[in-house]
Amino acid sequence: MPEQFLWAAEVMVNGLMAGVLYALVALGFVLIFKASGVFNYAQGVMALFAALTLVGIMDGQVPFSHLINAVFGTDIHEFGWHVPAVLAIILTGVVMVGLAILVERFVLRHLVNQPDIILFMATIGLAYFMEGMGDLMWGSEIKALNVGLPQGISETVEEVTYNWFGYGFFIDRLDIVATGIAALLVVGLTLFSQYSKQGRALRAVADDHQAALSVGISLRFIWILVWSIAGFVALVAGMMWGAKSGVQFSLSLIALKALPVLMLGGFTSIPGAIVGGLIIGVGEKLFEFSIGPMVGGATENWFAYALALVFLVFRPQGLFGEKIIERV
Amino acid sequence: MLYREAGDFKTTYSEDNQTFPIKFDRIGYYVIMFVAFLVIPFFINDYWASAVFVPFLIYAIAAIGLNILVGYTGQVSLGTGGFMAVGAYSCYKLMTSFPDVSILVHVVISGIITALVGVLFGLPSLRIKGFYLAVATLAAQFFLVWLFNKVPWFYNYSASGQISAPERTVFGIEVTGANTDAWAKYLVCLIFVTGCAWLARNLTRGTIGRTWMATRDMDIAAEIIGVNPLKAKLTAFAVSSFFVGISGALFFSVYLGSVEVGEVFGINKSFLVLFMIIIGGLGSVFGSFAGAAFMVLMPVLLKNVLVGGLGWPTDIAAHFELVIVGALIIVFLIAEPHGLAQLWRVTKEKLRLWPFPH
Repeated sequence: MPEQFLWAAEVMVNGLMAGVLYALVALGFVLIFKASGVFNYAQGVMALFAALTLVGIMDGQVPFSHLINAVFGTDIHEFGWHVPAVLAIILTGVVMVGLAILVERFVLRHLVNQPDIILFMATIGLAYFMEGMGDLMWGSEIKALNVGLPQGISETVEEVTYNWFGYGFFIDRLDIVATGIAALLVVGLTLFSQYSKQGRALRAVADDHQAALSVGISLRFIWILVWSIAGFVALVAGMMWGAKSGVQFSLSLIALKALPVLMLGGFTSIPGAIVGGLIIGVGEKLFEFSIGPMVGGATENWFAYALALVFLVFRPQGLFGEKIIERV
Repeated sequence: MLYREAGDFKTTYSEDNQTFPIKFDRIGYYVIMFVAFLVIPFFINDYWASAVFVPFLIYAIAAIGLNILVGYTGQVSLGTGGFMAVGAYSCYKLMTSFPDVSILVHVVISGIITALVGVLFGLPSLRIKGFYLAVATLAAQFFLVWLFNKVPWFYNYSASGQISAPERTVFGIEVTGANTDAWAKYLVCLIFVTGCAWLARNLTRGTIGRTWMATRDMDIAAEIIGVNPLKAKLTAFAVSSFFVGISGALFFSVYLGSVEVGEVFGINKSFLVLFMIIIGGLGSVFGSFAGAAFMVLMPVLLKNVLVGGLGWPTDIAAHFELVIVGALIIVFLIAEPHGLAQLWRVTKEKLRLWPFPH
């Protein structure tokens, strides 16, 4: 029995680590939803797009090379230089800011005052657009991403846990680093929104668009800012997942994993995204570990949704969400 | 000069309430029905049936179903793929368990089974709405696909995990299986589309349709004036799933013949049908047809132009399709939120006044 208990504990720790990565994606959703009321389905594709761009810049790949070759019959693929990881990350950040400006200019600005669900569908359209664009620019084959993050099983953890319990835990080093980075990101974002001028403006917009406008806060600037931050969060998430399982289309599907996280935590709460991510991560790993073998496995596909659904029936606004009061 | 309502007098209430109040529309409708039933079947070949007509008709049924839920009742659903899978698998089980019963009956019963499943997954809509509901219906999508993948009873313990439609006939003419003629497939789908469109049109303009629309426009106000939200939402889920189930059953049995659930009824199918109704027009039966036609024809056209005409690789054409679909969704939402149906309405208004602008 103690052995089983230890296995369960290991599964739980791994679940916590996976949950951190879910939370990272969910964080991008929450930021945009808080500041503009837009439920951004494209967050996952933004992570994919950021990761693709990062790999493309690092390897000196020519954007749209496939398309150019097809149209002009040329045979170009690479510039032939290799950009160091730090510079590539900064350049990708610049691309994401440009993307935020474009989104504000061509999508959001025209959809002010539309019902939320229309905006949601617009972001689904944006997701398709960006996915196609990313594939056109950088090609759709699976790419390895190596930005110098540690890989493999951590021997230290294995050794320490072996000495403690007589059983070594297998934990990926990347997961540990990801947890650290996620924690830093959350602290940074919280400090930014609590203490900086822009952060205060951001919270003001989140509270009341009209009132924020009337005290001279530029809505457009805030939207660009918040989409840039979300793009940056997407970049970090894309980097983590890309280093873990390669940069490929399935990366955009982590957005779908982040949705139940949001439902559980509440759409408007940063702590909610973190706690929700951890609960989902641990919950689905434990469920797969304990119940999975009885029902044929692969329960991870739907368990998160079922959990969120059951939870919502009892508390429709999520764990930390604001209670919505409606009037006719 | 042709499109006029002058001189088109109505003397009874039933004339005033008919689906096509303008004579020109009515004649156009009969002409289209005539061409669809009595002309196309004689000219259709395998390519046109499998690339254009059959998928168009089947997607039109699914789009009508989803439009009832999203366009008329305002309950956003992303579980269409899952519900289509329910229709397909119940049709498969019925076909193999009761081989003597007509396939047409099986398709309708599959619709009813899907309706029951739809009501089950519609229950959360009583508590939650908006985004939360949209995400909740994703639970249906993933759970159902997983279920059909993992429980061998659903695919009769076949080794591949696929389901394949056995050969079935209607009045001695084969409609499922490998040797089916193009016109037989087409006519079966056409009959179901006509029935579904007729049913949807009459449901949506009756009492039940008005309770749906009241719920969509302002649910709390609707409740105050006496609409039962529980009944309105659950009937919308039931009717919508019924149509989606029929389309899933036809998709499997008549169109594809054999199906692997994860590939055919995945989340992309849900989005595809949702895009059809956004581009076609929310809350309009005609819009469901327009959207289905658009989303079926556009990839065919792109493939012919880019791959066939310009000689590009197929994967670039596929990526271009994603870019165009995404851009179109955004453009439609910004420029014309009521979709192609609204463009058609505006055109008709202009035609009625033509050549005078006012």
